[in-house]
Amino acid sequence: MPLKQTPSQTIGPYFSFGLVPEQYGYDYKQLAGNELAEEGAAPITIRGQVFDGNGETVRDAMLELWQADSRGRYAHARDPRGANTAFGGFARVGTGTLADNFFEFKTVKPGAIGDGQAPHITVVLFMRGLLNHVYTRIYFADEEAANGKDPVLTLVEPSRRETLIARRDGDGAYRFDIHMQGDGETVFFDA
Amino acid sequence: MAGANSDSEKFARRDWDSHPPNLHPDYKSTPLRAPGKPLVILPQSLSELTGPVYGHAAVGDLDHDLTKSAARTGAPNGERIIVAGTVWDEDGRPVPDILLEVWQPNAAGRYNHADDQHDAPIDPNFLGAGRCVTDGAGRYCFVTIKPGAYPWPNHYNAWRPAHIHFSLFGASILTRLITQMYFTGDPLLALDPIYNGVPAASRQLLVADLSIDLSEPEWALGYAFDICLRGRAATPMEA
Repeated sequence: MPLKQTPSQTIGPYFSFGLVPEQYGYDYKQLAGNELAEEGAAPITIRGQVFDGNGETVRDAMLELWQADSRGRYAHARDPRGANTAFGGFARVGTGTLADNFFEFKTVKPGAIGDGQAPHITVVLFMRGLLNHVYTRIYFADEEAANGKDPVLTLVEPSRRETLIARRDGDGAYRFDIHMQGDGETVFFDA
Repeated sequence: MAGANSDSEKFARRDWDSHPPNLHPDYKSTPLRAPGKPLVILPQSLSELTGPVYGHAAVGDLDHDLTKSAARTGAPNGERIIVAGTVWDEDGRPVPDILLEVWQPNAAGRYNHADDQHDAPIDPNFLGAGRCVTDGAGRYCFVTIKPGAYPWPNHYNAWRPAHIHFSLFGASILTRLITQMYFTGDPLLALDPIYNGVPAASRQLLVADLSIDLSEPEWALGYAFDICLRGRAATPMEA
């Protein structure tokens, strides 16, 4: 008999000691942090801020990343090539420990997964005041040709596509801000 | 999107008859944080059909027992309870081997968090964080301390009902869920804007029932809390 989905509730302001305890200095092992590495792949840094409807930075948000390795393989049984990667692909960080409420991930640029999509990272965003997590994606400004043919980006109205594209911010570094509301509101997905 | 995945592998959509709307003005943090524009419906590609996997090796032996995992000088204060249940999907199938993470305030209603300035004592023997992985039948079990209610600044004389935060993964990144478990019979539920943001017909899904069967004689009362994640798509999701 079909059951009903358990309703979502906000993560609230006090998630750090449960979900990202080492980042916030608690004596409790965390299962995922903000760093992912892959042997032989160049490291990249993705930094940004989350802005509320007043343009204020949010200091009690948590971001999760889910991505393929540099060759486009997900560490998951549903990816036929996934058994060949040692890259976990999952990272998480809170916005409450860096100056000006920045988040920062150290990872590698994912490869294309081979279905016509441009290289991208799935982002899951939680925060106090958000009753359901939202999904968005990070694409990369230096993948202009692939982005132009990406079937998800082309679903989005052209004026909003750039909200999904991390821009170059120095060598090996990208900037990706998230705007919850306003003219530059980030595109959020329901998959 | 390339057709590497058949429709039978895809997931049912989020059930917006069950989840709260993001804009719920009684909860005063939502008007500036709820997305203003409609969500863009995304086809389910390999990026959505996969997700992180944390198996039994990821959790420590005491991680499911919050009364022991952070004890330093003795047992934490408060009423010891057992919280247990099964994780299901919408099709009524148990969800085995998935990670649950929980966090909560102590018996006095104080979180072990620098931002919580509620005038109630920190318990040196209680962190309030735990995790476990469901067994082959989708079951989980935590031992903890019954959390206290606490005041919050949403409105004059606002108090959160006692609750435990739950975070779950599941079969893919799409089945991700963060929710809160409440306790049966709590009179504060009727006054809580976060709980009442949920459509009325689904609120009871967030309330744990007292279970004498889960209770351990001479030791702890048990509360039953089953959780249901997104199931499989009943019909093709896209052309």
